[in-house]
Amino acid sequence: MFTQSKRVKLLIIYYGALLLWLSTTAMHIPDGYLSPATCIIMFLIALPFWIIGIRKIREKLNARSVPLIALLSAFSFVIMMFNFPIPGGTTAHAIGATIAAIILGPEPATIVVSIALLIQALFFGDGGITAYGANCFNMAITVPYIAYAIYSAFSKNQALTSNRRLIGAFVGGWTGVTVAAFFAGVEFGIQPLLFKAADGTPLYAPYPLSVTIPAMIIPHALIASVAEGILAALVVAYLQRSNISVLEAAEKPAVLAEASGWQKLRALWIVLVVLIIASPLGLLAPGTAFGEWGADELASRGLGYIPAGLQKLSGLWGAPFADYNLPALGNANLGYVFSAVMGIVIIAIVAWLFTTLLTAGSGSKKSNR
Amino acid sequence: METTAPVRPSRRRNVLEHSLHGITETLEHALFAEEISARAGLFQSLDARVKVISTLALLISVSFSRSLWVIASIYLLTLLFAWTSAIPADYLIKRVWLALPFFTGLIVVPALFITPGPALFHLPLGLVITVTGVNTVLFLLLRVSTSVSLTLLLILTTPWNTVLSALSVLRLPDVLILILGMTYRYIYLLLHTANDMFLSRKSRMVGRLSTSENQRVLAAISGTLLSKSLNLSSEVYLAMQSRGFRGSSITLKPFKMKPKDWLWLFIFLAIAALAIFLGR
Repeated sequence: MFTQSKRVKLLIIYYGALLLWLSTTAMHIPDGYLSPATCIIMFLIALPFWIIGIRKIREKLNARSVPLIALLSAFSFVIMMFNFPIPGGTTAHAIGATIAAIILGPEPATIVVSIALLIQALFFGDGGITAYGANCFNMAITVPYIAYAIYSAFSKNQALTSNRRLIGAFVGGWTGVTVAAFFAGVEFGIQPLLFKAADGTPLYAPYPLSVTIPAMIIPHALIASVAEGILAALVVAYLQRSNISVLEAAEKPAVLAEASGWQKLRALWIVLVVLIIASPLGLLAPGTAFGEWGADELASRGLGYIPAGLQKLSGLWGAPFADYNLPALGNANLGYVFSAVMGIVIIAIVAWLFTTLLTAGSGSKKSNR
Repeated sequence: METTAPVRPSRRRNVLEHSLHGITETLEHALFAEEISARAGLFQSLDARVKVISTLALLISVSFSRSLWVIASIYLLTLLFAWTSAIPADYLIKRVWLALPFFTGLIVVPALFITPGPALFHLPLGLVITVTGVNTVLFLLLRVSTSVSLTLLLILTTPWNTVLSALSVLRLPDVLILILGMTYRYIYLLLHTANDMFLSRKSRMVGRLSTSENQRVLAAISGTLLSKSLNLSSEVYLAMQSRGFRGSSITLKPFKMKPKDWLWLFIFLAIAALAIFLGR
């Protein structure tokens, strides 16, 4: 139908148009872009974070928390209405999740932003109801946790008035929103892969990963993330001058928790990242690992026949990322790395869920976080 | 992405005016919302629990549906219900379709050309509109518009506190209900305050500010708003505590199902079930 170069040219024009329009939005996903299955999965992923958030609010802040959370949700909502000017003449609007995370810590910040998002979804149609789980995962969970981790890393032993906090706030906000944009791109991009009508018509969002991921990351990294980062840094600067006790609220517990947790695990994280990047090397090795042959390979290996039970069950599960490849990405190596990252994320979430359920109520809380 | 009429029109305007305009529109919209829920109409007379459950059921059926006709029928039904609920005929349509083409529409237009499938139209420059492309665009547009209209219908015809009471009946945690109710109230207080701050800044201004000055002004207003929020929350907490608040609350649930409510609940659930069945 189209030559390869025509497609590329069309996609470039399309990216350009998208850039213009996406530049004034944060990434609220409306109903209809995500399939019911995706929506349900995102709700399930968001659920533990909501539970932790409420539990943390109850234990840390108890009765006092209700007005505080309500006021901060209202504040986050109002922030999402401000148009923040960016060099270049455009405006973007920030989410406010970074500021909430810096002041309250990531768990309560999740609840704060989730509530603001709920009101936006119900009252202004900004974000769908079935897509609420996905929106919360992107904006209320990803941004606060990442931004807070980066901000704490930058401000670990710094005075409350130090400039490194400003840099930490900016980098934290920028990274948080960009990663959130990546997740949103993934959520869009897997739709045509998994949810098609009989004749191949994509039923929900129509663009594959190779289009949605750059289309989400580029405008956000260039514009919306910058807005969030600058706003976070400027508000921290303003608070340093006018109301410094606010910055202290989440400060002390954080230092204690960081010191005990991160140092030991840092080596492991570095090894993990190196392994992920090096994983395409696995594609170079010929042949299949011992015991992992498919039904047809088995016959040719000298067995001479395919056991009946094996044959019946071998087609049972149609894996979404068969052979660790993602054809839409167009590059086997990239598909491999992507599968590695996804695999690790899924395993990490499941493992963490398990440990949380098992250790719930054990009463062993670190410091006063 | 916005799917209701834009609160942030992208015209070449001063940033302060931009935000001011956006905030004022929000206030207007809110007033409008309360006004419609006070009128006499079909939806206004139904039990809030019936409305919340039906809206959720219909949203889910739209999400599951694989048939364009089913989604289109639900959209037309939504407009019909809106008309019988004293919502001005063009209000729902305008709120959705004035914004939809500029956000969802623009984003999804390339899908017309690059989705592989049998050709429908041949355009100059070698572009071909495919049947599957048109289908995809219609699916997306119809799903989004129907979902937004359904949600708007619920919110316009039910006061927010009543929606919260209905949600608490549906087992949402009490602390969340309390927070949502207070957030709603304080959004409007903070919006008024922010509006006043913008107005006072603008009234001391002659000419235009540079980008960095604009940023600093916005950051200062945000910071002040944050400080006010924190101070206000302390005062509100003390006021609540002095009136007996100890962390939990009881929500009044003055709901009684009348035969009419049961009838409409049955009708809505039947429609949703039929939609899921027909569109599978």
